[in-house]
Amino acid sequence: MTEPRHRLMGYVREEIMPHRFCAGCGCGTVLNVFVNAVDELAMDPTRMVCVSGIGCSAWIPSPYFRSDTLHTTHGRPIAYATGVKIMRPDLNVVVIAGDGDIAGIGGNHLIHAARRNIDLSVLMVNNMIYGMTGGQVAPTTPLGVKTSTTPHRNIEPPFKVAEVVAAAGASYVARWTTYHVFQLKKAMQRAMTKKGFSFIEIVSQCPENYGRRIGLKTGAELLRKIKEQSVRVKKAQEMSEEELQHKIVVGELCDLDRPEFVTQLHEVTKEQVESFSLENAS
Amino acid sequence: MIDKSRIQYLEQLWSRTHFLLGDEACAYGAIYAGCDFFAGYPITPASEVAELLAAELPKAGGLCVQMEDELASIGAIIGASWTGARVMTATSGPGFSLMQENIGYAIMTETPCVIVDVQRSGPSTGQATKPAQGDVMQARWGTHGDHEIMAFAPSSAQECFDLMFDCFDLADIYRTPVIMLMDGEIGHIRESVTMLEPSTVKRASRKKAEPGEDLFGGPELVPGVMHYGEGASIHVTGSTHLPNGMRDVTTPRVHDELVRRLYRKIDENREKIIRVETDISTGGNARIGVISYGATARPAYGAVKAARAEGRDVDFLRLITVWPFAREQVTDFARNLDFILVPEMNLGQISREIQRFADCEVISVSKIGGVPHSIDEIYQAIMEAMR
Repeated sequence: MTEPRHRLMGYVREEIMPHRFCAGCGCGTVLNVFVNAVDELAMDPTRMVCVSGIGCSAWIPSPYFRSDTLHTTHGRPIAYATGVKIMRPDLNVVVIAGDGDIAGIGGNHLIHAARRNIDLSVLMVNNMIYGMTGGQVAPTTPLGVKTSTTPHRNIEPPFKVAEVVAAAGASYVARWTTYHVFQLKKAMQRAMTKKGFSFIEIVSQCPENYGRRIGLKTGAELLRKIKEQSVRVKKAQEMSEEELQHKIVVGELCDLDRPEFVTQLHEVTKEQVESFSLENAS
Repeated sequence: MIDKSRIQYLEQLWSRTHFLLGDEACAYGAIYAGCDFFAGYPITPASEVAELLAAELPKAGGLCVQMEDELASIGAIIGASWTGARVMTATSGPGFSLMQENIGYAIMTETPCVIVDVQRSGPSTGQATKPAQGDVMQARWGTHGDHEIMAFAPSSAQECFDLMFDCFDLADIYRTPVIMLMDGEIGHIRESVTMLEPSTVKRASRKKAEPGEDLFGGPELVPGVMHYGEGASIHVTGSTHLPNGMRDVTTPRVHDELVRRLYRKIDENREKIIRVETDISTGGNARIGVISYGATARPAYGAVKAARAEGRDVDFLRLITVWPFAREQVTDFARNLDFILVPEMNLGQISREIQRFADCEVISVSKIGGVPHSIDEIYQAIMEAMR
């Protein structure tokens, strides 16, 4: 008897399975939710370009998702994706990468892409650590955590990435976790169909290089903690800064309609072609 | 991707007489050569390239964007190149330094793109508004790892225009980044530029792969390519990869074959890539030669002519292609010479390269400080060497 084949296997590069994520890693969950989101939307993967950078979560689309993929240098996936989207506005361009990539080394591209409101969907998997390189402090690591490069304790407050992106001018911003898979799926669908810059911060678990540093050795234990720390946006509005210090605010931060960058760029270019044509015809 | 709006634009452009900055000539050359997308970041002395393209490229149907930094600029053009577009960016030394990692990415992923570096005096902020030729070795070795690279050095505004055709064509033919290695002197020189009748312009194109064919290896030195949105599920990665594009970072043979092929595809086509200009003295008895490039080639040639007017035989060679290095041409040039003088606006970056291939004494006539060589300075150096 042949093994039963997963109904969504066609969306992944089956030939290179099994994947290489560690046991208990949240990246598999993100891939699963992403594939379900794409399937339910009946999106054609041949009309998608998935762009990623360097880090564990960059592997979610590249090599695993079967579409055109662009696995860029560290920190630059949003910049590369900008070029793809400008030349092919008809393709759905999705960036999936980690917190180190998107908010650390590539933070400048993130805020400027949000400011431009370019029609990209950015899914930032936030595992609160540099996992691939062995557990160094990240801009998202909570205060007080001991990492390999903050062996005494982390004294830097974590980056509130979703809030920054919303303030920078994105059309759609949400934060969910690998525990909230159904909400996350809906948010991904909203992000991929929403015109403008869409951003989802996905708080995820890295048992290997984050969990064991805070005494939570399995994915399940870490996931439970993430669930317990989660507070809905609405409830968070009634809480003090102090009360929110070790919480993860989940939900939609914004869903607005703002002028989109690539559409306007093509409009301006078309105007120039037309006025040039008129001037030289007369 | 030459469409009607581009042809219409060029038809209007070519018949006029142009008096242009080197930077502007470079930008017009890019429009002529079919640049579809430009992304850049302001920097002296390269900003005029971006400014002219921002004003003119949209009229020809091309897209132009100012990014948040040079890393984003080269990132955007690499991404755009995978849609099949002809792409370029323009910068100067500091920005060129920032781009280096991504230039390596373009080499490794075989992504055609053109990078204009209008060199200024460094290191660091240096003399921001002054010309130099200090990025010659950065162009060669700026990105990490073993690689071969192409770079061209124009010596006039006209050549800024002309060489853009070569840059875009070679980038497509060899699927590699090509560097237009200008300098601040040539970028800001203002000269008349003659443009071609648009219908006479021939453009090379990327070899298309057959469906199912490998895009990152195979029997040819330069594999065929497909682009995003064509249903090929292309896997582009800067990691060491198999001919089908999938990552394999542990098999020594895979890395060896890939990196050697990337090197060989340029090295073994040197004859088609390398261009030099020589002016051998009519007497045929020269014992001394001058090799130069870019802006410095102008006073260098002036000095050669001045020496000849005094009855001295002096040979002259100008490197148009700086990389890959014209080693056979330099060896031939040096054959009967006792001395070669190499004037350049750096501390002798190319003179050391010439020494490797010339069987005679090589004298560096280097000058830094932001003021180009005068004819007289080089003339005096020639006279000094003859003594």
